[in-house]
Amino acid sequence: MALPSYAGPLETFWYYAFRVFCGMVFIFLISPLLIIIPLSFNVEPYFSFTEGMLALDPDAYSLRWYQEFFGSERWMNAIQNTFIVAVCSTILSMILGTLAALGLSRSELPFKGMIMGFLISPMIVPLIISAAGMFFFYSSMGISQSYLGLILAHTALGTPFVVITVTATLSGFDYNLVRAAASLGATPTYAFFKITVPLILTGVISGGLFALMTSVDEVVVAIFIAGAEQRTVPMQMWAGIREQISPTILAVATLLVCMSILLLSTVEYLRRRSETIRGITPH
Amino acid sequence: MMANTVEAKGQLTPDEQKRLTADMHRSLRRKKIRALLLVAPLLIFILVTFVSPIATMLFRSIDNPQVSEYMPNTTAALARWDADSNELPDEATYAALVTDLKVGRENHTIGKAATRLNYEKSQMRSLLTGTARKAGRLEPPFKEQLIKINDGWGDIDNWRVIKRESSPYTASYYIAAFDMETTPAGEIRMLPEQQRVYLQMLWRTVWMSLLITALTLLLGYPVSYLLASLPMGIANTLMILVLLPFWTSLLVRTSSWIAMLQGQGVINDILVWFGLVSDDNRLSMIYNATGTVITMTHILLPFMILPLYSVMKTIPPSYMRAARSLGATPFTAFVKVYLPQSVPGISAGAILVFILAIGYYITPALVGGQTGQFIGNMIAYHMQSSLNWGLAAALGVVLLALVLGIYALYSRLLGSNNQMSLR
Repeated sequence: MALPSYAGPLETFWYYAFRVFCGMVFIFLISPLLIIIPLSFNVEPYFSFTEGMLALDPDAYSLRWYQEFFGSERWMNAIQNTFIVAVCSTILSMILGTLAALGLSRSELPFKGMIMGFLISPMIVPLIISAAGMFFFYSSMGISQSYLGLILAHTALGTPFVVITVTATLSGFDYNLVRAAASLGATPTYAFFKITVPLILTGVISGGLFALMTSVDEVVVAIFIAGAEQRTVPMQMWAGIREQISPTILAVATLLVCMSILLLSTVEYLRRRSETIRGITPH
Repeated sequence: MMANTVEAKGQLTPDEQKRLTADMHRSLRRKKIRALLLVAPLLIFILVTFVSPIATMLFRSIDNPQVSEYMPNTTAALARWDADSNELPDEATYAALVTDLKVGRENHTIGKAATRLNYEKSQMRSLLTGTARKAGRLEPPFKEQLIKINDGWGDIDNWRVIKRESSPYTASYYIAAFDMETTPAGEIRMLPEQQRVYLQMLWRTVWMSLLITALTLLLGYPVSYLLASLPMGIANTLMILVLLPFWTSLLVRTSSWIAMLQGQGVINDILVWFGLVSDDNRLSMIYNATGTVITMTHILLPFMILPLYSVMKTIPPSYMRAARSLGATPFTAFVKVYLPQSVPGISAGAILVFILAIGYYITPALVGGQTGQFIGNMIAYHMQSSLNWGLAAALGVVLLALVLGIYALYSRLLGSNNQMSLR
């Protein structure tokens, strides 16, 4: 989008004003994530830059909050809980969501609109309402304050992402490939695992990553239905921000930003790979 | 099925035709069942773990078991009493009340009925629990003695409230959720101005969500336009700046905004350093509505940019060039040619952001202070602190109706195939 050669001074002005504006929006988007990284190395228990930090004095920086984080039994326990719940609910979401997407992509499915509406409802209903409903229901079933309850709840919240990404992948899927396999003597199961699965795998995995992120980041439902024993990392952060703000939160936040960089690169890699497979190479 | 292969030359006999149609129907039905079986596990799972919890919660907003369940004798006796008669109930009703209070005190259930009645009229709790403590020593006739213990039992309005709430279903949570009250005479009217809470809260939630939607559009539109018009390589690199916040935990972004906006925070430090603000007069940008708006605009901006970008990507740049070559000024060309084509992206992004914003709870709770709270915070308050679950459920229904209404509008506008794909 270069400035055209026939542009007058006014247009030139707008062109640069536009670019400056966009630059500022990018700064707005990214600066909160960048600012916490140096702050997490603060030697003082504050959320702000000290004079020493601004003067780049090495004594003003420390790994104190990281030590506190890794030395805290509460945080380590929270990591373990988050890991258990996220992994279990992601696997469940991937299995249930993929099966449902396979059914949804068939033209014979009756009541498709209504079924789709139910399946993606966890994404539309505000979390506070889901949390309130699950709180009553799961308590009456006796599974609130248990890992099972939290895993089931997170699975419900995560499946819509798998359903949507896999359905999107299947919309570009050529069913003639399965028919070809059948004509060459493959059983339906064999054709499914040899033909369908490899082609939709990228969709399944990126849907799974969305579900994983949902579970790792989810706090509203967790506050309502998890007990102290199931305390996850977001719950611990929520309590930390509300009670006493210590830079330990920022150390955790920095680690979480690193994790999201990792997740983002994986999803982008998968997206490009699936585009290549489908013959839409980025140019 | 294979036996029915149609011979190319021969016509089908009616019998064969019938068999063929039947076979085709059967095959179609089998395919339908197979598709349904694939969907069934998730559908059942969602119905059990998600839809039914929400349905039971919605039911709670009209469910009213406390009085009829824990004061059964009084409920039965009051059914015979005419609330409009201007006369106190008869001795039998007072006797029934004493029985209920005795039983309720033994089983520790009278407090539940008392709490329920207290939502309708203050002092009902102390009236019931106070009398229950003395009910064990009473001998018939009861009417005079009860009125002597607490003259509340001689007040017809109290009996009217008990009679009204002895019905197993109630609209009173909705009446409360819309800042109204039922007078003892049974009329529904608005609360006095200074006692209205929820309508104001709902209104604030809606307009702050609209403001946040407008801000994300204002910031997101130019950026999406830039991303859509830059060469792919640069656009993909800049896209990281949009996607990284999108993938970062909500709590991380909220806590970093606390670090940015607080009194001793980064932004205030910079402003003081530049001399724009004096040190003892730092801006309060957090723990109020401003904090909620800034933080939520940042959190929801990627949800605006992504749909806008995907729509703008499909608008050929040659259209703008054609408009310019036909003599349009850049402004006219943009308004007449580009803007109308980007409307699907605007509506998708705006409705997505608005729906997400209106149900927010975490961010307003952490950075909103007094003036930046949303209706979601009110629901959480009644769930966790005041324990008025019926009111929480009624507020939840109002919020849910709002969200589903907007969502229905959205899917009608865009067709059901474009449902909120995040990419």
